[in-house]
Formats: sequence, structure tokens, C-alpha cells
Amino acid sequence: MNSLLSLVRNETVKVWKKKRFLVVIAVLLVLIPIFTYAQMKIAVNSRENFDDWRLQLQQKITDYQNQLSSERIPEEWKRYRRIAVQQMQYYLDHNVNPDSPNAVTFTRGFVDASVSMFIPLLVLAIASDLVSGERTTGTIKMLLTRPVRRWKILLSKLIALTLYVSLLMLATVVLSYLIAGLVFGYGGWTLPVFTGFVIHGSEVDSSSVHAVPQWLYLFMMTGLAWISAMTIACLALMVSVLVRSTAASIVTMMAAVIAGSILSAMASSWESAKYIFSVNLELTNYLAGSPPPIEGMNLLFSLAVLGFWAVSALIVSFTVFTKQDMLN
Amino acid sequence: MTIVTSDAARGGALPNSHSEPEIVLSVQNITKNIRRRPIIRGISFDVRAGEIFGFLGPNGSGKTTTIRMLVDLIRPTAGDIYVCGYHVRREPEQALRHVGCIVENPEMYSFMTGWENLEHFARMQIGIDSERIREVVEIVGMDARIHDKVKTYSLGMRQRLGIAQALLGRPRLLILDEPTNGLDPKGIKELRVFIRSLAEQGMSLFISSHLLSEIQLMCDRVAIISKGEVIAVGDVETLVARNESYVLWQLDDPDAGLRLLAEEANVRVIPEHESRLDESVTALLPGAIVTTMAHQHVAPLIRKLTNAGVGIMAVQKAAPTLEELFLTMTEGDTVE
Repeated sequence: MNSLLSLVRNETVKVWKKKRFLVVIAVLLVLIPIFTYAQMKIAVNSRENFDDWRLQLQQKITDYQNQLSSERIPEEWKRYRRIAVQQMQYYLDHNVNPDSPNAVTFTRGFVDASVSMFIPLLVLAIASDLVSGERTTGTIKMLLTRPVRRWKILLSKLIALTLYVSLLMLATVVLSYLIAGLVFGYGGWTLPVFTGFVIHGSEVDSSSVHAVPQWLYLFMMTGLAWISAMTIACLALMVSVLVRSTAASIVTMMAAVIAGSILSAMASSWESAKYIFSVNLELTNYLAGSPPPIEGMNLLFSLAVLGFWAVSALIVSFTVFTKQDMLN
Repeated sequence: MTIVTSDAARGGALPNSHSEPEIVLSVQNITKNIRRRPIIRGISFDVRAGEIFGFLGPNGSGKTTTIRMLVDLIRPTAGDIYVCGYHVRREPEQALRHVGCIVENPEMYSFMTGWENLEHFARMQIGIDSERIREVVEIVGMDARIHDKVKTYSLGMRQRLGIAQALLGRPRLLILDEPTNGLDPKGIKELRVFIRSLAEQGMSLFISSHLLSEIQLMCDRVAIISKGEVIAVGDVETLVARNESYVLWQLDDPDAGLRLLAEEANVRVIPEHESRLDESVTALLPGAIVTTMAHQHVAPLIRKLTNAGVGIMAVQKAAPTLEELFLTMTEGDTVE
């Protein structure tokens, strides 16, 4: 076990020295202030128009209901609106502001919005050249001719990757909180958030809805986002083993992720698309009670699909990596 | 480069008899097909403890493929490779512990310093402390630049760092793939001395090259490979002695001289197009007549030529090269 620890240390040091994680942090440091600013503009705007958030929410509900009676709106959209109206009504009835501006709410929104594209992109920045990078530079020849079994080397890379993905989630949450807090204040930990909406068609079953403090909600959400991120990480590791060039491996994975997010927006009629991993990345939606992209999907289903893809990717990675001829 | 004692003489798995030197690397009838095309067609040879073993062949003959099989980078289609008695494929951890290698170029992590690179590879083996790292850094004479990033190193320094890495685990077998590539003449000479000193401490060296003169200068024994087959294995000296020496004659009257030389029964005149001498030899003697003959006939022949009024400007002996040997064995394959 001692040798595995040294190997993990090697891999961690290499990712760090390549300054990949610093790039990720830098991207976060640029993007979060931009979103914070945008969020602040929205807050200022609504404060000008409404003295009370209740009035604002009521207004929104009315807007949505008007849209529902319009014939020009496609049925697909109406379903979303109908569900949203019921949820907003629930918040209104229980006198809870779903969008109260504070750092924790912002963080919640940021994680929610980045889980399907932004976080996968950052994960790819770290994961995509773990193996292919060593092959491009030729260092794989030094690495694999040392007296260590190949599966141990790949396992050490996987463990280091898990470490960095976890660190990435932590950094995302901490940085959003700290930066947004400058503008919105650092409160909001104990605000109640409703979760447990069960969606049947376009009806919301609120019998199992319960309020959780926002910190717990954020924690659960980050956990789910971590699972999505790890699935991406495992797949990226596989592509990195299979493809020799780092550029090709990033492009392949990015294409898959983007294809997934496009599909989830339009695939409600193609039911078997729900078995594609990238359609299942938005686990956090289940927590908020948003309708799933395809009928019949639920949290357990998505977890199973992601788990299946991740495990298959790992099996392929380890099988290929331990048997592969290193010809260049 | 200074030499620090290596403990290359640690016991291996094979019994060490006194008459026959221990075999450190044993390659037994390995073949390799890549996409069904045979690249290596049944290669066998042994490398003994403390010898410098040359692996000679033109580019594309399968040298690097063979080396990659020796260090478990690719898997032979058939055949077995043993290092110190351990099967490379089945017990890579034990076998590779005794091997240090540079396959093709000495590629290290360019974003880390030389020292960090050595630390990285030291962590992959058991029982290598920072004292040992300091030791190998001193062996290859890199003390001054070891804490600089590898991307700032010259090719020669990368080569040294590669050798330092290969020596870290106190290997019994050091595999170097075309080690003189990219080195200047001074560097090549230093490397030769360095390699010899490693062998004197009991380490075995396996050195591939497409340069025949290199192998001749550096190695004790050689395996010659062509088109994926070993066509000869033996002492460099013995293989060279198989061929007669050349004697080059530079005369003021080449036509008369040629007539006289051709009359001699002990002399064979080699037509120009058949001569396989190195250009570095022939360039110094333009228009020289190339012959093969036993050396005791040279002095009488000089007298005879002088008496006949043919002026002798130069007579030079030239050892046959491995290239020639190679060409006789492969019947006209070209060597770079």
C-alpha cells in the first residue's frame, strides 16, 4: 500500500506542476465575478420594480399562467411552466422566498447552472491528458519501464484525479460563496429550501415535500454534482487511454458532453436517449424538482446510468492500459 | 564524469558459476507481429554480466521494437525474455527492478526540474533515498543544473539526466537505445569512457546503434539484426577477424602499379565499386588502389614496386568494418 501512496503522490505532483489546477482556479476567478455582477443587476432591477418579493413571485406566476392559456406556446413548454407555477405557489403559500439574494443562494444557483457543461469542461482540463499527455511527450516509456505494474500506475492516476475533482467542487463552492458574499452578504445558510417534489406528467405531487436548511441543500447538491463530475472524469480517463493525442481526447469528450445537453433539450420524444450519460448529468434538477428532460427519468435512474457508464469506462481503461503495446 | 561504486554485483536468480559468466539478459526466440505483419522473426541472444553488448542494425530493422519488448513496453507475440532469471512479461516487477533504460530519446517531465524528475522515479522503486539521487547526479556530473527545469536543458543534459534516472535503481543491466544520437564528438567520447567504466564495475550494457564504428569502438560482443532477424552474434574482434584486412596503395603511376599488383598471387585487387571502405579512409587517399592481402607480403611488394620504378606515395592498412561484415552477411542490404 505504501508504494501506491508514493505513486498517487507522483501523479498529484505532476498535475500540480503542470499548473492545470491553477488554470481551473483562474477560470473560476474570472467567471464567478461576472455571474455575480449579472445576478446583482437582476437583484437591483427587481428591487426597483417590486418592494416585496411576494408581489414579484405572484407576478411571475400570473405571467406563466397567461402563457399557459396562449395557443402559440408549444405543449412541451407548457409542461415546464405548469410545474414551475405549482412550485412557486408552494413557496408563496409557505412564505419562503426562493430567490432571496445572498451568497449561499448564489452558490446554489451557480453549481446548479454549471453542472451540465462548465464543471465537465473544468474536469476535462485536468483529466484529458493524464495518460495521453504522457504518450505525447514520451514520458510514458520511463513511467512504464519502472518496476511497477501498469494497473497500479493507472489506479494512482485515477485516485489523483478523484482528489482533484473533489478539490474542484470545493473550490467552486468556496469561491462562489466568497465572491458573491462581497455583494450579497455572507448569510443565507439557514434559509429553508423545499425539496422532494414528485412530478407525475405535468402535475406536482407535493405530499413528500419538506424544507431543508439551505446549507444542507447546498451540501446535497454539491455531492450530486460531484457524482456527475466523477462520471465525466472516468470517461475522460478512458478516452485519454484510448486516444494518443490530448487535443483529440478533449474534443471527443467535449463533443459528447455538448451533444448530451443538446439532446436533453430536444429529446423528449426519443425515449432511449435517456441511457446516454450526458443527458443524465443534471442530477441537481431532481433535488429542485425540475421536470426531467425525458419522461420516466428519476434520481435513481440517472445515478444508475451514470454509474454504469463510469464503471464501464474504468473497465475499458484498465483492460486496455494493462494490455496495450506502447509503440510510441 | 566521475564514477561512484555501484552495487551491480548483487546476486540475481541465476546461479553464478566461475567458468561461465552469469547471464543477465536472455532473449529466447522472440517474435512480434504488428497488424499481422512480422516485425521480429525469432530473435535469440544472451547478455552476460559485465559485458558491453552491441545491437547493430540499420534503421527499421527492428532494434527499437526489440528494446521495447525487453522492457515490457510491448508484448512479444511468442518467445521469452528473462532478466536475471525473471520473466519480463510474467514478473515485470522483479525483472524491471534490475533494468535501467532509455528507449529512444531520454524524455523527462519538462515542467519539473531535473531533481524533481529523479525524485518522481525514485518513488517508483523501493529503497532509493535522496542520498542515492545525489549520488547519481554526481555520477553524470549534473550538480550545477539539477534544480533547473528540464525544458531549459540541452539535448546532452537530457541524455545525462536520462542516464541518471536509469542508474537510480542500481540496475544490473543498462539498456541504451542509440545513445550517441545528437551528441557532439567530445560527448560521444565521454560517453564511451563512461560506459566502459560502468561495465568494469560489473554492470551489463545493451547498446543499440546503426553506426558500425560506434559498436566497434564500444562493445565486447555484438548481435547484428536485419529485417527482424539476428544474422550473427559474437565477439566484435572475432567477427572482424573473419574478414581480411585492406591495404590501400597510393601510387604516382596507378596504371603500371595496378598491372604489377594484379600479377601477384597473394594479392587481390578490389574493383572500386566493390570496395566497402568508409569514406573517411578513402577521402585521404584519392585514387588509391584497394587490395586485400596478408600483412607479411606488404614489405616485399613495396620493394618490387620501387624497383619497377613505380613511386609510392602512401600505403595504408584499413581494418574491415562491421558494415562490410554486415553487407557480406545480408548480401547487399544497404546500411545507413
